[in-house]
Amino acid sequence: MVQEKKQLITMKGTKDGLTLFIEDSCSFEQAIQELGRKMKESRPTQHEPIVSVRVKLGHRYLNDEQLERLKQTICEENRFTIHSIESDVVLREEARLWQANSEIKAMNRIVRSGQILHVTGDLLLIGDVNPGGKVTATGNIYILGNLRGIAHAGVDGDIKAFIAASFMNPSQLRIADYISRAPDYESDGVYMECGLVDEEKDKIIIDRLQVLSHKRKEINRFERRMQNG
Amino acid sequence: MGEAIVITSGKGGVGKTTTTANIGTALALMEKKVCLIDTDIGLRNLDVVMGLENRIIYDIVDVIEERCKLKQALIKDKRFDYLSVLPAAQTSDKSSVTTEGMLRIITELKQEYDYIIIDCPAGIEQGFQNAIAGADKAIVVTTPEKSSVRDADRIIGLLEKEDMVEPPRLVINRIRNHMMKSGDMLDIDDVLQILSVDLIGIVIDDEEVIKASNKGEPVAFKPNTKASIAYRNIARRILGETVPLQNLDTEKGMMQKVKKFFGMRV
Ligand SMILES: Nc1ncnc2c1ncn2[C@@H]1O[C@H](COP(=O)(O)OP(=O)(O)OP(=O)(O)O)[C@@H](O)[C@H]1O
Ligand SMILES: [Mg+2]
Repeated sequence: MVQEKKQLITMKGTKDGLTLFIEDSCSFEQAIQELGRKMKESRPTQHEPIVSVRVKLGHRYLNDEQLERLKQTICEENRFTIHSIESDVVLREEARLWQANSEIKAMNRIVRSGQILHVTGDLLLIGDVNPGGKVTATGNIYILGNLRGIAHAGVDGDIKAFIAASFMNPSQLRIADYISRAPDYESDGVYMECGLVDEEKDKIIIDRLQVLSHKRKEINRFERRMQNG
Repeated sequence: MGEAIVITSGKGGVGKTTTTANIGTALALMEKKVCLIDTDIGLRNLDVVMGLENRIIYDIVDVIEERCKLKQALIKDKRFDYLSVLPAAQTSDKSSVTTEGMLRIITELKQEYDYIIIDCPAGIEQGFQNAIAGADKAIVVTTPEKSSVRDADRIIGLLEKEDMVEPPRLVINRIRNHMMKSGDMLDIDDVLQILSVDLIGIVIDDEEVIKASNKGEPVAFKPNTKASIAYRNIARRILGETVPLQNLDTEKGMMQKVKKFFGMRV
């Protein structure tokens, strides 16, 4: 039979565990039944270690309910754990969100005292942020001008986000949940610097722009998403 | 058709009323027809600075509530035929002044006067909204202090959202040269760097200003004090003349630096 020829489930052992390829041209029901059978055959016994599984769905998109069934089928009797489930397909709305989050929004204005400028994605501001003004972005913030107010990058919690400015003399820098504020004495400010979270020191540090080339290699948020899922 | 210019600052006490009185006087000296409007309801004092308080019969609220005609409420200046003041109400409820009422008054005044100068109350509440409602242009007054500059910045941000014919211009008032030099006060450059607007004038801190206001004779009348020259220069710039900034001291190079602020080629 034609169907028998085509393997619905392909298993590949790697040093990290097991990779499961689920054929994407058959129905979900077919695939899940076949998967159940195969998993049963190859399930490690109680005496063997638990195996980690990577699932590759190809061009198949699973809704939440299907995803749950897939997980149950694999994890039955707790001899497998799921490391990841990857699909080459994203929903249109998801893709839009990704795009919005990874775009650079260029703005050309002065953010004055009492004003707040927020963007989804990265912010490129050509102009100053004055004392009492505030800029926020879900991504990075680039300021071609003087930063004298507050800048908050990664507002949704991205601690890899950073803030770069031609002239840095902020009253506060915030990245995700981290806050650093200017000293109480008058400070002069610095040219061409950036603020980013140093995870070892667990705080925001300010450094020369050049450090970004090795501390934040994936400056493009879209690529970062593609790599990290 | 005349032009309405609002004088505003955000912070109180930085010199809005003084600037209004003096710009008005200086423009009148240049034979322009000028009407000053005090919109600081409840705290009127433009009439005092102009020395006209005894002549008030009606005020701006009477006009808005149609208890009198606009012409009846205008007080003619003692010194010029074509300088008038529309006084604020001292007692009435602030809420009787509306943006529509202001627009109506200003539209009518523009038929007769070349310049309508509007003295704005401090703050950013309804009084501010009323004062800027009918204005074609705005002049922001600040002193060289951080808090004053911060409020000026806030005001400029709000003014930029209005559709005026040009961006607001700046007067830096009460400059003390020695303090600027010693770094105890922001200097002109510092202020302009933050506010990024065009400067229309600088006025030194001068006792003559206070004395003149007390006498009800704006300092702009005086022929040659530094402050009176400063106000007359502002008036000339309003008329479109290119006038270099006053030399605050005799130090060479100051003019050079100062010309830059007007975007003039040296
Ligand atoms: N250049 C100057 N030199 C010296 N004194 C000045 C100068 N400008 C203003 N003053 C003084 O400062 C005080 C406040 O000025 P003024 O009343 O014009 O401020 P204002 O902004 O209108 O205040 P308010 O917000 O209360 O309306 C007055 O006593 C005035 O005489
Ligand atoms: Mg006043």
